[in-house]
Amino acid sequence: MTPLRTEKNLVKITTDHPHGVGTDAARPDGILKVRGEFAYSSDLWAEDMLWGTALRSPHARARIRSVDVSRALAVPGVHAVLTHEDLPGVKTYGLEIQDQPALAVDQVRHHGEPVALVAADHPETARRAAAAIAVDYEVLEPVCTEEQALDPERYGYVHAPGEYRGKASGNVLHRQRVVSGGGVTDEVRARADVVVRGTYEVGMQDQAFLGPESGLAVPAEDGGVDLYVATQWLHVDRRQMAPVLGLPEERVRITLAGVGGAFGGREDLSMQIHACLLALRTGRPVKVVYGREESFFGHVHRHPARLRYEHGATRDGRLVYVDARIVLDGGAYASSSPAVVGNAASLGVGPYVVPHVSMEALALYTNNPPCGAMRGFGAVQACFAYESQMDRLAAALGTDPVELRRLNAVEEGDALPTGQRIDSPAPVAELLRRVKALPLPPAAGADLREMPGALSNTTHGEGVVRGVGYGVGIKNVGFSEGFDDYSTARVRLEVVGGEPVALVHTAAAEVGQGGVTVHGQIARTELGVERVTIHPADTGVGSAGSTSASRQTYMTGGAVKMACEAVREELFARGRARHGWTHDDLSLAGGKVVSEAGGVLASVADLLGDDAIERTREHHHRPTQPFDPETGQGFGHVQYSFCAHRAVVDVDVELGLVKVVELAAAQDVGRAVNPGAVVGQIHGGSVQGLGLAVMEEVVTEGGRVRNPSFTDYLIPTLLDTPPQPVDVLELADPHAPYGLRGAGEAPTLSSTPAIVSAIRAATGLALRRVPVRPEHLTVRRPEEG
Amino acid sequence: MEFLRPETWDEALALKAEHPDAVPVAGGTDVMVELNFDRRRPPALLDLNRVAEAARWESDGAVVRLGAAVPYARIVSELGRELPGLALAARTVGSPQIRNRGTVGGNLGSASPAGDAHPPLLAAGRGVRVEAASVRGTRMVPVDDFYLGPKRSALEPDELVRAVHVPVAGGPQQFSKVGTRNAMVISVCSFALALHPADRTVGTGIGSAAPTPRRAAEAEAFLAGELAERGLWERGGELDEAVVRRFGELAAAAASPIDDVRGSADYRRHALAVMARRTLGWCWAGYTGLPERSAA
Ligand SMILES: Cc1cc2nc3c(=O)[nH]c(=O)nc-3n(C[C@H](O)[C@H](O)[C@H](O)COP(=O)(O)OP(=O)(O)OC[C@H]3O[C@@H](n4cnc5c(N)ncnc54)[C@H](O)[C@@H]3O)c2cc1C
Repeated sequence: MTPLRTEKNLVKITTDHPHGVGTDAARPDGILKVRGEFAYSSDLWAEDMLWGTALRSPHARARIRSVDVSRALAVPGVHAVLTHEDLPGVKTYGLEIQDQPALAVDQVRHHGEPVALVAADHPETARRAAAAIAVDYEVLEPVCTEEQALDPERYGYVHAPGEYRGKASGNVLHRQRVVSGGGVTDEVRARADVVVRGTYEVGMQDQAFLGPESGLAVPAEDGGVDLYVATQWLHVDRRQMAPVLGLPEERVRITLAGVGGAFGGREDLSMQIHACLLALRTGRPVKVVYGREESFFGHVHRHPARLRYEHGATRDGRLVYVDARIVLDGGAYASSSPAVVGNAASLGVGPYVVPHVSMEALALYTNNPPCGAMRGFGAVQACFAYESQMDRLAAALGTDPVELRRLNAVEEGDALPTGQRIDSPAPVAELLRRVKALPLPPAAGADLREMPGALSNTTHGEGVVRGVGYGVGIKNVGFSEGFDDYSTARVRLEVVGGEPVALVHTAAAEVGQGGVTVHGQIARTELGVERVTIHPADTGVGSAGSTSASRQTYMTGGAVKMACEAVREELFARGRARHGWTHDDLSLAGGKVVSEAGGVLASVADLLGDDAIERTREHHHRPTQPFDPETGQGFGHVQYSFCAHRAVVDVDVELGLVKVVELAAAQDVGRAVNPGAVVGQIHGGSVQGLGLAVMEEVVTEGGRVRNPSFTDYLIPTLLDTPPQPVDVLELADPHAPYGLRGAGEAPTLSSTPAIVSAIRAATGLALRRVPVRPEHLTVRRPEEG
Repeated sequence: MEFLRPETWDEALALKAEHPDAVPVAGGTDVMVELNFDRRRPPALLDLNRVAEAARWESDGAVVRLGAAVPYARIVSELGRELPGLALAARTVGSPQIRNRGTVGGNLGSASPAGDAHPPLLAAGRGVRVEAASVRGTRMVPVDDFYLGPKRSALEPDELVRAVHVPVAGGPQQFSKVGTRNAMVISVCSFALALHPADRTVGTGIGSAAPTPRRAAEAEAFLAGELAERGLWERGGELDEAVVRRFGELAAAAASPIDDVRGSADYRRHALAVMARRTLGWCWAGYTGLPERSAA
């Protein structure tokens, strides 16, 4: 086989910068990416390869009476056409619950569900052949709304009772209650001087990563398959794929290909099983690349949510209770809905001390598109609601919304509604103080680009009103509820060309976040070498867990640190054995073993000679516990992460157009392993929250997606992206490697409510739904009152 | 698929006559999207990029003859004085890449109700003509007669848009477009306004709010009437608030918008009224030299 083009990445990501932990070390893949030379998974190529494509359901809910593939098979150039009958192993897969068919079995449960596969010698041939497959559907009324889902006897079961694999019953997929302080009783309610109630809605957001789902499956001589794919967690892909392919896991080998963004959207399988099935069937390499439209159907989205909240407080602003119900639309299949529910429930009151909580979060099965992981993971929806409530409460009390938040903010040592005490810094009040203390941006100048509508020339200042708003949020880091999401790292130290070189091998998915950068920094810091080579991520080494939950620097970074330490200890042991060193303060710097007292003792090159030292280590975070199903009590989360925002907006109140003028953030990251990358995460996360606030929504009607394109699913452009001053705090978490705190998600939470709060300040409208659309600010104000 | 590459208009017209199914390509910013989405599988493409004349414009001082394939970026940089409404609209089209490639000929060829070139062409006056050429000869189609339905135009299968003839602006022109983000956005609705002091008329154009781009004829007549009646063309002076408001109402009333994923019909009507009032304010300020009023 011709070499895969991804190997180019491997060569170029050999680093030789002397930058360690805490520096702005440059990304090893940065120059390639900026120059457009980085090979993404869609660039994979093999001699002799075929192209795979899927035929997808045009209906949200239908029975399949028959599938006739004969016309597709007759198309010249077609090598295989497969349906569920061709699946060699089990038919379903799933991250937590195996309820999703690899190919539809007798029914479809959502618009875009894959029904059949085609492999052909040209992508166009494959598409035309797929269109020639005749599927006879009996179209059924879809279950789309909460009301419908909760009355399955009347509207139907998304998964028939005999097939139901969820964690509750009916069309409820999972439910988690949290009750603390004895719950919210009449007696507790009576203690509140002020009560505010609100029902909020969050639309379905998409991860909108730029590199569509793609990969290349190559059949292997041992009857197995090698898959090169853009994904977030190699080992869990394999765990889900192998049973469907009817193969033992070790014969499914996965190598990470260049990933063009993920944000949770690659946590579930997309084309992995399909490409492998076609490759195994045809005996040829098979490439699958989604177009943008298929991508919208090929991955899960952020759960749309309806959130009903009631907050009670004393006259002086102290929270007495929160009573809330969060309903998340999980769509047709479970994906990671149970964990999303766990987050929404356990983090649902926000970073506040609340003596009495009664919370229920649930996810529904519906015939809407499946929803699952997306940056912020259940905490985003809750944050929009509880922060909106804090503003309403401040208004009801006549107090300053920032001061109200600071008064109720959690601190280290406080208990959350789950009973878990926060045992590392929680500078919520300080983060709020910092964003509030920043100078406000000046009024817009005469340049059209500074106006709402910008060059579309909708205003020269008419109708423009400025507003300022705040938000703060709390996000868990790492997998929770008793899950052991450990990471593995293998580090090898050897001498190449007279110089010590560290090779770092993990299965961590680099999805753009900069994992490859920090692994190099950690190896340089721990081993005192200049040169670090990052091995391509593959299943040839143990699991690194998922690139999600803000966890990779913490977990795989921690594993790299442990493996480096083990290599270093072995090196020192050899030195002691060979040279009889007795110093107890050995360290590595500049390729030498040094001691304070003894100075330079030996060079690493001399110590190692032709030998190599290789160590593999697993990094497990401290154990957590599942939440009690009825009370939600339990030490459920590994670590918490906090971010606060101040948004300044200009709203054209007559046209309902919004220009975010500035979006300031303050976040505690424990330790900024790479300060530049941390600021990048905060900028990116904040802008994703901006998108949810004012434009991003997958619109469905009767379960059918109406805007599966970047023409109508809008994401922020440069002109929508404001200046973003960022204040980074580094208050070490004693439980974490280097004291670091996962940073990637927290900024996505609070930017949305901060922006909406600013729009409310400018318009005086209640705005209970995101994204806020121009018509909500002008002609249609359904949520008023 | 055949790829036809004429070097001159004569060759292009001959090829189009021979291959009426051939799809012309100028910037390709609509055609390539359709091909990529498999919405269209033409037997042949007729590439106009080698026809040098298509990318030229000329002016005799009264009328600009704009070659069909002059890209938006050049309209912005070269024709801001002669065709200010079209230049403003061109500035709102897509992204820099799209403005470098996309053309008015292509916008007319697509005849989408959301095309941003249409409202300013409608507003620019009765003299605007589409030069539709074929081997049978050349027709000068008044722009008002060009748009027949959603993505349907008066062009015959063997015809190409060779140029558009647009009178040089004799008064202020404005264009305003609502989209749900601040750049690179397809119009939710748009409005163009031009004042024509020479013949004391008013021109308007509405985009994305009816099956075709259309003028707001009543609004035009109303405003022209008010300006004439009150002698405002001659003496300038402030516009009456009630006139501005009525103009907005009539502009909105001329639309027949639908609810779709980009916006609701109600919002479109509302936004048209606002844009009509504001563009009138700006045009009037431009005409009288009075400052723009910041209350619309
Ligand atoms: C990302 C993106 C953003 C966009 N944003 C906007 C926007 O903001 N506003 C907007 O109005 N449009 C927008 N468009 C659409 C498109 O750019 C415009 O319609 C543009 O004017 C098309 O011009 P073109 O030269 O690229 O046309 P082409 O794609 O080459 O052709 C378009 C149509 O016209 C026909 N055609 C081309 N030239 C002639 C001719 N001389 N005679 C007869 N028929 C001809 C073609 O056959 C085809 O049917 C956008 C497109 C993209 C891809």
